Amino acid sequence: MTNIQQFNLPDVGEGLTEAEIVTWLVAPGDVVEVNQTLVEIETAKSLVELPSPFAGEVIELHAEEGVTVDVGRPIISIATAGAAPGKAPASPSGPAGAEQEAAEAAEAAEAAEPKLLVGYGATETSSRRRRPADQQAPAELPTAPSPPAAAPSGPLRTKPPVRKLAKVLGIDLASLTPTGPGGIVTRADVLDASSTNGAPQAAPDVVATTPSDGEPAEIRIPIKGVRKHTAAAMVSSAFTAPHVTEFVTLDITATMELRDRVAARRDFKDVKLSPLCFIAKAFLRAMERTPSANSRWDEAAQEIVQLREINLGIAAATPRGLVVPNIRSAQRLGLAELATAIADLAATARSGKTPPEAMADGTVTISNFGVFGVDTGTPILNPGETAILGVGTITRQPWVVGEGADERLEPRWVTTLALSFDHRVMDGQQGSELLADTAAFLRDPALATL
Amino acid sequence: MTVETHQTEPWSVLDTSGHLRPDERVPSGDSALDLRRAYRDMVLARRVDAEAIALQRQGELGLWPSMLGQEGAQVGAGSALRPQDVVFPTYREHAVAWCFGVDPVQLLGLFRGTTMGGWDPRERNFNLYTLVIGAQTLHGVGYAMGIVRDGDVGTGDPERDRAVLVFLGDGALSEGETNEAFVWAAAQQLPVVFFCQNNQWAISAPFSVQSRIPAAERARGFGFPGVRVDGNDVIACHAATQEALATARAGGGPTLIEAVTYRRNPHTTSDDDLRYRSGSENDEWEGRDPIDRLRLLLTGDDAPERLDDDFLAELAQEEQALAERLRTGCRALPVPSPEDPFLHTLEQMPADLARQRDEHLAFVAAGEGDHA
Repeated sequence: MTNIQQFNLPDVGEGLTEAEIVTWLVAPGDVVEVNQTLVEIETAKSLVELPSPFAGEVIELHAEEGVTVDVGRPIISIATAGAAPGKAPASPSGPAGAEQEAAEAAEAAEAAEPKLLVGYGATETSSRRRRPADQQAPAELPTAPSPPAAAPSGPLRTKPPVRKLAKVLGIDLASLTPTGPGGIVTRADVLDASSTNGAPQAAPDVVATTPSDGEPAEIRIPIKGVRKHTAAAMVSSAFTAPHVTEFVTLDITATMELRDRVAARRDFKDVKLSPLCFIAKAFLRAMERTPSANSRWDEAAQEIVQLREINLGIAAATPRGLVVPNIRSAQRLGLAELATAIADLAATARSGKTPPEAMADGTVTISNFGVFGVDTGTPILNPGETAILGVGTITRQPWVVGEGADERLEPRWVTTLALSFDHRVMDGQQGSELLADTAAFLRDPALATL
Repeated sequence: MTVETHQTEPWSVLDTSGHLRPDERVPSGDSALDLRRAYRDMVLARRVDAEAIALQRQGELGLWPSMLGQEGAQVGAGSALRPQDVVFPTYREHAVAWCFGVDPVQLLGLFRGTTMGGWDPRERNFNLYTLVIGAQTLHGVGYAMGIVRDGDVGTGDPERDRAVLVFLGDGALSEGETNEAFVWAAAQQLPVVFFCQNNQWAISAPFSVQSRIPAAERARGFGFPGVRVDGNDVIACHAATQEALATARAGGGPTLIEAVTYRRNPHTTSDDDLRYRSGSENDEWEGRDPIDRLRLLLTGDDAPERLDDDFLAELAQEEQALAERLRTGCRALPVPSPEDPFLHTLEQMPADLARQRDEHLAFVAAGEGDHA
């Protein structure tokens, strides 16, 4: 007899309410075994594979990839032969027919590939037997069902961490040639592809609506991943913290000259010394007089939490979108250390490898949008922070120098700094002092020695 | 101030290529480890673990703490026990439970939420899983005090002398209870063996941030020996545990065994370990797999006992049957009645608790009516 069984989205992480369907590994018409991986989901906690509780034929998928599904909603229907597992006999010492059925189910289960878990190991019991080294040994079981050959038409076999890595690096798994045992895609395959591909591929989720002339009239892009996160963070910040933005345009020539002198020093031989390093240093120094900029509004406790350590976030544009990793206790770093930290952080972000912990616990941020050639902007606070410094492009501009009879126009290095701050925490006085002090250190770096 | 560190390599006799190094500390004769049985125990316990993870992912269990990678330490220690010894486990000792004869279906109840325990600790001297980190160290020490008072230590009668085997993880070493247990066990020369599976990660905290010295070296400060053993070498783990238990049963006092191993899966099914550790570290430990090592030994030219085709075929069938029994058994675990928690709180139910029970039962009954 045939039963249609529905598999409802389980709560795989103790109290989760929803999960996003990331990748279906089966399609209607496929025959699946117990514990065969059906789908990869992403919860608030992690990327997880769901193994099938049923053996049978896939009838219908109830949710598309990219869709967020509530826990408890059906995600797949499978036509099974025989009773549902929930109604299976409770004891193996049941009637003979039931034992037979259980034994058949067990056979089926063994043939399945128990890829179970975020992480690594649960596949080991079966995948290990597949290794060539093992096959030479008598350990290879004559009665064990022969493992399915790496099916060229089926979904690529990968472990979840490898899929996650591929996702982070923007590598299309289908484009890879697996080198692992039994046709499994390995970490090395993904890393190789990443290094040879150069720029990661564009997001694969873009859907173009094509009218009759062949040119898309609109392109619909699912809001997910970093985009979704950024959007939520910006809305939360913009409509929670009352922003004030102030600007100062300054002659930064002295800092640029200082940079050239320092960069020529032997101990800075291996340091990438950008103007941003000096701006960050000046900003950190200026915060000594305005520590309220390094604080957090605790709504629940009705307190302003002033932080001793400055975890300096640097906004970085990456192929996946905006990320803001931070430099821990940046105020304690010397110029060389700070410059190295900024360079490392930017390189890691560009390669898409910024770990989540590097983005946690930031206390203040610098956004260097000047690299895109714009003069200035009104940055939005990184949620939970009180201040953000926007750095405009540094260009040669005419500038009035000298006084009295000596007054004249000279070409100078000029930039504009923009400071947004949370007016709940800081008033115009503190914000202005912070911005003016930062500018003063950059106009005349010698002031920092005072 | 710097601390002098002694990074002694853990004691190991079976290397990753399956080569067994002769060592006089490895017991022989009747007390030798039954290698084929140890292999079978590790394989089947791993299957229990894998199947439980699948059941969690299918919504049948709320949570499962995987022990993948720790089978060598657990089967080694579990095989060294005698029936009269008493085990105090953490919540990850699935392979020890297996060795001690606890039905693996019973292990699932706690994680399915159908029971507060799952088995009768007195039946097999295997106590209930303890979720509070380190709490079981004091329970074990208390039990060992009882053994001393019963006079069941140092009599020389192999059927009578008993010892307590307490399991703990590296994280538990930072807990107050554990250190109290060490102090008390040493002060009273108690018949207890502390078996610490140092799996390197206390959830997301690496061992390096918890200790400046290897765990085994701490024992010396408390006044009893510490042994550092390769936790993925089932033969070494068995030998070290057997020696420590023999000392404890004979009245020689406690031992701390540090089995250096690695938890290859996330802390539990609710954890995402890629947020705090690299996959390459995991790959490295996969290369030191305890089951692989023993299989290489037992299928190699110098195999002291051999895994023949019949044995392996039978084991494969056992695995299949076990997996199905877990799937069926898990779904058939009895659902407790709403009255259950009230029945097991106090021996004699006071009147106000009985009133609360009645209110609760009425509330539940009303709720069921609404749904119908």
